[in-house]
Amino acid sequence: MTDTTLKDTSVRRRISLPAIPVSVAIAIGWIVAMLVIAAYAEKIAPYGYTQLDLRNRLATPGNVAHWLGTDELGRDVLSRLLVSIRISLLIAFGATAISAIVGTTLGFLAAHFRGPVEQLVLMLSDFQASMPFLIMALAVLAFFGNSLPLLIGLMGFFGWERYARIARGLAISANAQGYAAAVRQLGATPARIYLRHILPNIASTLIVSTTLVFPEVILMESGLSFLGLGVQPPMTSLGNMVGYGREYLTRAPWIMLAPATTIVVTTLAVSVIGDWLRDRLDPELQ
Amino acid sequence: MGRYFAIRIGRAALTIVLVVTFAFVVLRLSGDPALMILGPEAPPEVLAAFRKAWGLDDPIWFQYLDYFGAIAKGELGRSMRDGRPAIELVLERIPATLALTLPAFAFKVALGIPAGIYAALHRGSGIDRAVMMTAVAGFTVPSFVLALLLVLVFAVQLGWLPSGGQDSWRHAILPIVTLSLGGAAVLARFTRSAMLEVLGQPYIRTASAKGVPWRKVVTSHALPNAAIPTVTILGFMVGTLIAGAVVVESVFSWPGVGRLLVVAVANRDLAVVQCILLLVAMTMVTSNLIVDFLYGFLDPRLRAKGAHA
Amino acid sequence: MSRPLVEVSSISRSYSMRSGMFGRSAAIHAVHGVSLTIPRGETLGLVGESGSGKSTTGRIVLGLEPPDHGEVRFDDKPMATPGTTAWRAQRAHMQMIFQDPLGALDRRLPVAAQIREPLDIHGLGTPLEREERVRELLRAVELTPAHGARYPGALSGGQRQRIVLARALATKPDFLVCDEPVSALDVSIQAQVVNLLADLQAQLALTLLFISHDLRVVRQISNVVAVMYLGRIVEIGCADDLFARPEHPYTQALVSASPAPGRRSAGRIVLAGDPPNPAARPQGCAFHPRCPRTITRCASEVPALSNVGGNRQVACHLVTGPQVETRDAA
Repeated sequence: MTDTTLKDTSVRRRISLPAIPVSVAIAIGWIVAMLVIAAYAEKIAPYGYTQLDLRNRLATPGNVAHWLGTDELGRDVLSRLLVSIRISLLIAFGATAISAIVGTTLGFLAAHFRGPVEQLVLMLSDFQASMPFLIMALAVLAFFGNSLPLLIGLMGFFGWERYARIARGLAISANAQGYAAAVRQLGATPARIYLRHILPNIASTLIVSTTLVFPEVILMESGLSFLGLGVQPPMTSLGNMVGYGREYLTRAPWIMLAPATTIVVTTLAVSVIGDWLRDRLDPELQ
Repeated sequence: MGRYFAIRIGRAALTIVLVVTFAFVVLRLSGDPALMILGPEAPPEVLAAFRKAWGLDDPIWFQYLDYFGAIAKGELGRSMRDGRPAIELVLERIPATLALTLPAFAFKVALGIPAGIYAALHRGSGIDRAVMMTAVAGFTVPSFVLALLLVLVFAVQLGWLPSGGQDSWRHAILPIVTLSLGGAAVLARFTRSAMLEVLGQPYIRTASAKGVPWRKVVTSHALPNAAIPTVTILGFMVGTLIAGAVVVESVFSWPGVGRLLVVAVANRDLAVVQCILLLVAMTMVTSNLIVDFLYGFLDPRLRAKGAHA
Repeated sequence: MSRPLVEVSSISRSYSMRSGMFGRSAAIHAVHGVSLTIPRGETLGLVGESGSGKSTTGRIVLGLEPPDHGEVRFDDKPMATPGTTAWRAQRAHMQMIFQDPLGALDRRLPVAAQIREPLDIHGLGTPLEREERVRELLRAVELTPAHGARYPGALSGGQRQRIVLARALATKPDFLVCDEPVSALDVSIQAQVVNLLADLQAQLALTLLFISHDLRVVRQISNVVAVMYLGRIVEIGCADDLFARPEHPYTQALVSASPAPGRRSAGRIVLAGDPPNPAARPQGCAFHPRCPRTITRCASEVPALSNVGGNRQVACHLVTGPQVETRDAA
């Protein structure tokens, strides 16, 4: 291949819009739909999620009044599903945000101070990585009882150690490289160096790890709620609905299938997007 | 070599100390134990006597050391429900959990590792793609959904197997299958990528270029090197045997440690929860330690590196 | 006559390096007893091979790291402790030009924002004035405002170094340390950047510490040149005089190895022995294992830097008085 053909292909690649594979496009579409549902759940939902319709108990899916059927108390499964998506996504986003912020901050502190601070952060992240999170979460729930803010905060402890390790590693190499050192000698404060310069430079790697943590948070929360130890009735979440549907597995499997499918497709969608982002973003940083 | 192991053992001890500290901090943060045990309507003099008896008036540092001392002696408290020592309750549940998790672990290894190796050696083939798709499904389908689907098909629709309980070996089939499938998928994906990484190394190309038969390249060069990362994930899986059983035991009403934990959390039976927490920590730490020791034998380079780590 | 802007008195800096798995740490003397003065508006060239401690000297002189011993005074005041608020404020008066301009720039910000950054940091001017100052700086380094909208990756090496220069000049500093500013650039571009630097220095009355291993470039821009070998200054003197009549055997070897107009390449001195290694500094004069004229005294006694006439100082046992004719011996 000659130089000109190489140049041609590279030019062509730049001109054509970033080609998004069909699977990724579908995944993005699904996530956007989930976000819209989460934002407008109450407006979209045909019924209130606790509203009883005692004449239509355990209605099968596909009927005009209740597209996805009803449960044992005649509550509309679709309406409950929409509200569950809102709660589960709220927890997942809240928790992912907390874990990203806490982890990145600790990673930066470790990189900035080195010495004992760094050792402490590394020790804590080793500890976190070596203990099964579900058990720790259950222990905390046993001691503190349950509430939505506590649940979000608890889930926020999930995965912080990955951000901390990534942020620490990349910040140390940024400090050793030129740009952070250059800005430091301009007289910039550490806050400016880390937030305005290092953070944007490592953001793509952090975003990729977010796509790994986010589905796991959804799975963790739905698992806890399924066990009856997460989101508590009358509030509902995806895992909660599956747990409730389990009682009616024989007579009304749709109660459990609708939220279960939503969980699986959502985690799958985020993983697909994450894989795609990793392929696209990460090599640039290496 | 000695230094490598000394560092590992030190880290293991540190993890246990951290778990105990975690339990202590959470216990103290969660409220006044006297109020929690005696109830809010207990008279103040009774509360004061309780606090004195349990050393709750001592400085927090003393309490922390006392707590350590009690745990070291195996005094892990009594269950609040039936007053039996928590450790007894936990220990009698362990055989049931092992009856599920050990066969499941064997299946995971027997399915996952050969599938991963095969997929890596036949990269891009139909089987490779099938393994990868199953692996993705194994990650995205949570175990409680998988368990319920299996119940729906094999117990409800087909009526072949019971959906819960512990009366015969047939009751163990669905829980074991649930546990095995997810783990096998993760293991297959991991083995495949470890294998692919090794197969891409220059020494593999060198070996096959100088005429070593491919079968021998795979068995004597690729497999031993891919074994190192695979051992890590296996060790981690051993450590999470109990954690993995929590959900599955609950779905299938299997009376193991996992179900005990869920019930204890729901009842806020703190002594039992704390006991299980320590048990899990010990399992994790021990299996990590075994992995580290295996590492030391599998990869001599790590012994030297360990000194700096 | 005012005092020199920068006064460096016998600074030393050593790093400890762990060797082997048992962590025996060995001290590496990167800089040992270096003294310099740079008068206002003048350029001091600092020459040496890699490992000679010239970059460390530059960092200490700029206050980026403190010396273990000795002192740096800037504008007759001691240097602030790195990382403090006073130190950060002091940065507005002294700046650094780096060897690798791409590394010194943030790839995720347009270069105009980076030129503006020191103004933002030190709170100089209103936002409008800052924009105007950025345009002015771009013109000063012979670029257009259109260049300012680009990212570092979309500029050439020479253009990037001009951006680094513009950023360094934003706060109107008195003092610049240039650490190998052109060695990463193409030879054809090197001259342009050096000329630009010289022009700006004259225009703005800048004081420069110019660090390079390239004698041609140093000669072009410096008033005074100091030659470093393994952490010590071995010779210092007026640029033209030093290059015309190098006294120290090491300087002679460097000068002879560097092509210059009007000098035949026949007299080239080729140094024998290992290149200098700061971790294994020889006893006595550090240069003696490679010196073509070494005598027994060199292996045991460190020669002091002493005046040999004019404003030349040399650290060599063989060069003692102003009248010694060493050139012929070489």
